[in-house]
Amino acid sequence: MFIELAQYVLNGLVLGALIALPALGLTLIFSVQGFVNFSVAAQMTVGAYAAWLAGAYVGWSPVLMLALAFVVPGILGIVTDRLALAPIRRQSSGHTALMLAVVSIALNLAIENALRFIFGSDLNSFDTPIERNVQLWGLSFGPQQMRNLATALVIALALAAFFSLTRWGKAMRAVADNADLARLKGIDPKSLSNLATFIGMGLAGVGGSLLAIDTSVDPSTGSRLLLVIFAASVLGGLTSLYGAVLGALLIGVIGEVALIALPPVYQSLTAFLAILIVLLVKPTGLFAGAAGVRK
Amino acid sequence: MISYLLFIGTLTAIYALLSLGLVASWGQAGMVNLGLVGFFGLGAYCSTLLTLLGLPIGLAWVAGGLLSAVMGIAFCLLTRTLRGDYLAIVTLGFGEGLRLVELNERWLTGGSDGISGIPAPFKAAAGELFPWLYFAIAWGIVLLAAWGLNRVLGSPFGRALRAVRDDENVAAVAGKSVLLLKCQAFGMGAALFGLAGALYAHFTSYISPDNFVVQLTIYIFLAVTLGGYSRLVGAILGAVAVMSILESSRFAAEFVPGLNAVQIASLREFAIAVALIIIMQVRPQGIFGLKNEKARAPAQPDTAPASVVSSHVK
Repeated sequence: MFIELAQYVLNGLVLGALIALPALGLTLIFSVQGFVNFSVAAQMTVGAYAAWLAGAYVGWSPVLMLALAFVVPGILGIVTDRLALAPIRRQSSGHTALMLAVVSIALNLAIENALRFIFGSDLNSFDTPIERNVQLWGLSFGPQQMRNLATALVIALALAAFFSLTRWGKAMRAVADNADLARLKGIDPKSLSNLATFIGMGLAGVGGSLLAIDTSVDPSTGSRLLLVIFAASVLGGLTSLYGAVLGALLIGVIGEVALIALPPVYQSLTAFLAILIVLLVKPTGLFAGAAGVRK
Repeated sequence: MISYLLFIGTLTAIYALLSLGLVASWGQAGMVNLGLVGFFGLGAYCSTLLTLLGLPIGLAWVAGGLLSAVMGIAFCLLTRTLRGDYLAIVTLGFGEGLRLVELNERWLTGGSDGISGIPAPFKAAAGELFPWLYFAIAWGIVLLAAWGLNRVLGSPFGRALRAVRDDENVAAVAGKSVLLLKCQAFGMGAALFGLAGALYAHFTSYISPDNFVVQLTIYIFLAVTLGGYSRLVGAILGAVAVMSILESSRFAAEFVPGLNAVQIASLREFAIAVALIIIMQVRPQGIFGLKNEKARAPAQPDTAPASVVSSHVK
């Protein structure tokens, strides 16, 4: 019984680490630009297809594959942000943030359907060799899942270093904290917003490709997880990067442990219930200050 | 051909009803409901299940609308202390979550097989004329809803709603109960979504979770945006326009050689999504023009100072 539970928790942590990457991207973009960009989900799929083309077709090494899965959605993210969202950000009115949410949903749908147009609706797997699970202390470890966990950890650490050590990282935190003050200090909000989009969408892309390596990729790979990603981000308070990671791990574990009682398809639903409960009990998110509360 | 046009015409009425609901909650009160398809589905399943239990169809429609309204108000209360984005996220989650329930609770909803053989009003009595009858009923309800909303939104209540939309703080300072107004508007919108769902279920006599996907939300947002996002007539015209785009692109796609069915479907959805993005950028006031709300209600001191005050607050 205990072993069984531990296995579920382990699976949850592995899943949570994958969710953490797009949730980090979403949180980063929200912190800097101040709105929820739903197209993160489609960019996960873009990253997954980029990795799939590079890995299964061209035969690139995994590291190059993941680099491509970062760069392609990153650039596409900036392009779509400039084309679709930036003009609406400029029409400043009381409900610009909500308009942006609607437009980013449309953008998500547009990207997803562009992918479906190009690649069709089929599932594409990476043809990775089948490996035997490692048994340790009665738990079963999938090698690919362990590699995914490690990759996600390395990326999260690199990100933490970027934000605390580099000039750009500090500038981004300054904008997230107080955009007006940051502008007064000579930080250019536009290039910073582009950088946040690049990194955020890149993270989503890597998350999507790791997920696809473990399972497969089709045009809805990312959109299916949309809710789970948002739940992770909301749990973390939408502006805290550490909160997003913890939120993602928590959502992953809750979703997997809930499998004891619920059929697997309800994973999104547990995420949704988690949002509801958090909003009821602690509306500011579990790990952050008063970010979501109306000022 | 006539039966096809009648089918499309009735479907347009259902879209128009959804658009009216969105105008009430988004256009007039500024609350984004990204899960309108969830309320649509809730109304459809509620009404269907109740009729199958033996409730008269008319009552089942009302029940479908009411249940959706209650759900909408509950979400409104739940997110009352939070910014508008949270309501959007919660409703989006509701739409997706409800679809999962529809898919998996086979004992109740039939799962992915859906529910077929849903009875329709006067089907036996009307016989051949049934499509005409349902067409008339659907549009009758649309006109009734538009007339009712017009009365409500033209009243001081409607002005208060628009004040909440433009600046909550100002509305609150002016002594309006913001939460109550928001719940009423959101509930009104949700009730119309639910009613539209009920109409849809009894019209097609078959519902499955595939009918309630997120694309529909985008279609309705496009319809409402086309129509100038706060206008009732615009919403109805917008629904007609969206349906025309959807159906004509079905025929247009056949003239493009070398595309398979999946590509045609994805191209259509891509076009709709891009159309929404472009219209929101180029003409946020809508293609059918924007009637000045201040002109409609000349004694409206609420909105003009709102922008001045808010710019100071920020």
